[in-house]
Amino acid sequence: MTPPDLSRRDLIYLTASGGLLGLGAPGSNAEAESQQAQARPEKRSVELTVNGERREFQIAPSVTLLDALREHLELTGTKKGCDHGQCGSCTVLVGGRRVLACLILAISEHQGEPIETIEGLARDDGVHPLQAAFVAHDALQCGYCTPGQIMSAIGLLREGRPADDDAIREGMAGNICRCGAYEGIVAAIRSISAGGVE
Amino acid sequence: MSLGDPIPRRDGPLKVAGRATYAADQHPQGIAYAAPVLSTIASGEVLSIDTRPAMQRAGVLTVLTPDNMPALGQLTDLKGGTLGEPRLPLSDRLVEYDGQLVGLVVAESLELANEAAALVQIVYAPGTPRSEIERSSDRFRPKDFYGIAELQTQRGDVDEALSASPFRLQHSYETSVEHHNPMEPHATTALWEGDRLIVYDSTQGVISTRNVLAHFFGLPAGNVRVICPYVGGGFGSKGYVWPRTILAAAAAKATGRPVKLALSRQATFSNNGHRGRTIQTVSLGADQLGRLIAIRHHTLTQTSLAGVHVEPSGIATGMLYACDNVAVSHEVARVTTGSPTAMRAPGEASGVYALECAMDELAEAIGMDPLELRRRNHAVSDPETGKPFSSKHLLACYERGAQAFGWSRRDPRPRSMTANGMLIGWGMASATYPANMRPSSARVEAEPDGRFVVTAATQDLGTGAYTILAQIAAAALGVPVEKVRCELGDSALPEATLSGGSSTSASVGSAVHEAALKLRTQLSAGGAPMAEAHHEPGELEKQYSAHSFGAHFVEVAVDPELAVIRVRRVVSAMDVGRILNHRTAQSQIRGGVVWGIGMALMERTGFDPATGRLVTRNLADYLVPVNPDVPEIQVILIDEPDPHFGPIGARGMGEIGITGLPAVIANAVWHATGVRVRRLPIVIESILHQL
Ligand code: FES
Ligand code: FES
Repeated sequence: MTPPDLSRRDLIYLTASGGLLGLGAPGSNAEAESQQAQARPEKRSVELTVNGERREFQIAPSVTLLDALREHLELTGTKKGCDHGQCGSCTVLVGGRRVLACLILAISEHQGEPIETIEGLARDDGVHPLQAAFVAHDALQCGYCTPGQIMSAIGLLREGRPADDDAIREGMAGNICRCGAYEGIVAAIRSISAGGVE
Repeated sequence: MSLGDPIPRRDGPLKVAGRATYAADQHPQGIAYAAPVLSTIASGEVLSIDTRPAMQRAGVLTVLTPDNMPALGQLTDLKGGTLGEPRLPLSDRLVEYDGQLVGLVVAESLELANEAAALVQIVYAPGTPRSEIERSSDRFRPKDFYGIAELQTQRGDVDEALSASPFRLQHSYETSVEHHNPMEPHATTALWEGDRLIVYDSTQGVISTRNVLAHFFGLPAGNVRVICPYVGGGFGSKGYVWPRTILAAAAAKATGRPVKLALSRQATFSNNGHRGRTIQTVSLGADQLGRLIAIRHHTLTQTSLAGVHVEPSGIATGMLYACDNVAVSHEVARVTTGSPTAMRAPGEASGVYALECAMDELAEAIGMDPLELRRRNHAVSDPETGKPFSSKHLLACYERGAQAFGWSRRDPRPRSMTANGMLIGWGMASATYPANMRPSSARVEAEPDGRFVVTAATQDLGTGAYTILAQIAAAALGVPVEKVRCELGDSALPEATLSGGSSTSASVGSAVHEAALKLRTQLSAGGAPMAEAHHEPGELEKQYSAHSFGAHFVEVAVDPELAVIRVRRVVSAMDVGRILNHRTAQSQIRGGVVWGIGMALMERTGFDPATGRLVTRNLADYLVPVNPDVPEIQVILIDEPDPHFGPIGARGMGEIGITGLPAVIANAVWHATGVRVRRLPIVIESILHQL
């Protein structure tokens, strides 16, 4: 499992230093061949604890946690932006840590560990303070990256209080916002971090 | 409460809760999943398609290919809709670009559809790809840009004026192919109820999409409903109708099931548009006082084999500065890529970049402060049309931006400013984008509980439409904004224009304003609790040239050893007419600036020249700004309502933020390093060996 804050930055530096020369041709043929080589797997039973609720269902072993959440459990708050661990839209918490749901399989070892998604964040009294802070600081425009940003930020805050704005920015580097709401995102997280919530 | 109040975004609470539903979030009863089969060559022909291995999988419902694709309507007369790619999907066996849709698998589950799509066997007869402009001799000179602007224009005598100019320069500037990459990949969920088609589509135009679907499926417009309450960003790539929407509807019809077709990020790189590459040659001539005597701006850009869209880089050149002799020309090369389309500030993003870099080079040649050079060439009326500007406060943008930035403290010599071992560069440039207004309707209703609802078939792409339309209605009704809500994104509502060209405030906003005024009058006379209005540009708008303007100031830091370029701060002063909501307006401009940073320093789609195939088709290869790439962006909004543009005087602001910004960064990089880079994006390799 790749922490979202590592993957993208590392890739940026790698591609920046190597330019375009190091890039091979895209591999849809190779993808096709490797998928073809596999015999069609049987469905397996899987048991996930999502937002405190135990869910048991049958699923093909190749299904990612992201697709399991979105298409099988119909929890569509978690978004798919790339399916390749490159954008952070699918960030959820597994065992309290932020993970990219598109990079792990639903049947993987995380069975049994509690999974938290955006739908489970709201407290009984309405919204989580970070959700309110996102609205207050206009930390979103189209809203598509927002569930991932919020779950990532919850994870970041649980990892320890970020020292300053730059630490927030680095800690959130794995979550792309194409609308460019970064300043609001940093302000929203700062407001919660300073207030000692989470 | 009044117009302009920075009330929080109306759709915010739903979005932070993960409860805003996008096109791929739909789960109609009995849903099936579609996965595209994409061409793996960039040019040639499909000789044969073997779908049997895919069809043999239990749970695969159908595979649409050119062999069995039902015939759809003709490509002509789309009744108010526009195709992104003027060619019907699966209508023939030609392959005109890498990643073209050559088949569509529909299956019981997403994983099964993806797996089966990989099993479709295709034999190609490959042709000769040409993805690079330089390799294409199939060229033409486009006359205009969608009838909005001429693309070959001339005033005065540019040749003579140039040769008579005491200061003269000519340089070429290049921009790369860029992809919009909204965070929501393009998606459609389609279902049929008898002869009625319902489509959840990620689109910037529910009406345009409805019209195109009705046309191709031979239905009355009333039988098609396109629903799009939320869009995960569009930036132009969801403006026109692309093949997936048509295919999803066809697949739903073929299978008798609701079909969800959510493109992968990879697939979105090939057939949902991009900004074409440009090679621009700019010549400037000026006198000793820095006054422009001549401008020549030639653009070479690209479109696809079937395409019509071109990046109109010279579109603002004749208007931005006072100058008597101006020649603007565009030439387009056909290449074997998907079709380009409008991308945030089509024309201005690439063209103002070239012009404003050239202006910086002119300032250097004359030995004049770049800001002073702009002031001396300020155009009081539109030099192209001779019309007065509807409203223009560009000088105020220069002044307030410069002051907030501290521009007067700039040492003009390159490499003269340093901090902590970094080379510091300051740059500035003008920004501009036209004010667009198109026919739109809206309805305002009074509900029995004293609340009001605004409805219009427009869409909120993250622009704040839900919020500002409620504010406009509340202001006109004279009620608190809490009493007004909006329902948008449904083609069954009063027809409104495409969300593109920064036009929603002026177009839909004007209709809402008028409907609300009408309702207010009706209610006070004890009349009907509902009013509708249609607004379109009138005599007023014809008399004036309406454009927004702005000025950006940027500080960059360049590492002299590693050549890493960081943007340290940005000040953007913008004159966009009336501000409808200071909070969402700031975000709009910031978003544009972030796009400018991406265009300047990161964004580039590459093609393999040998195969013509895309080599950047994911978000690790195609870089966009992430959080640490974006510094504090100070936005100064002039907030002067435009007295000659619509009843509200708001000119729109979705696009102006990106314009000029790439030039500012290029100019700042020069100021930091002494190196002129005339190709975007400016990356480490652009300057490393010259530091
Ligand atoms: S969808 Fe998982 S990181 Fe992009
Ligand atoms: S809010 Fe649109 S991508 Fe972040």
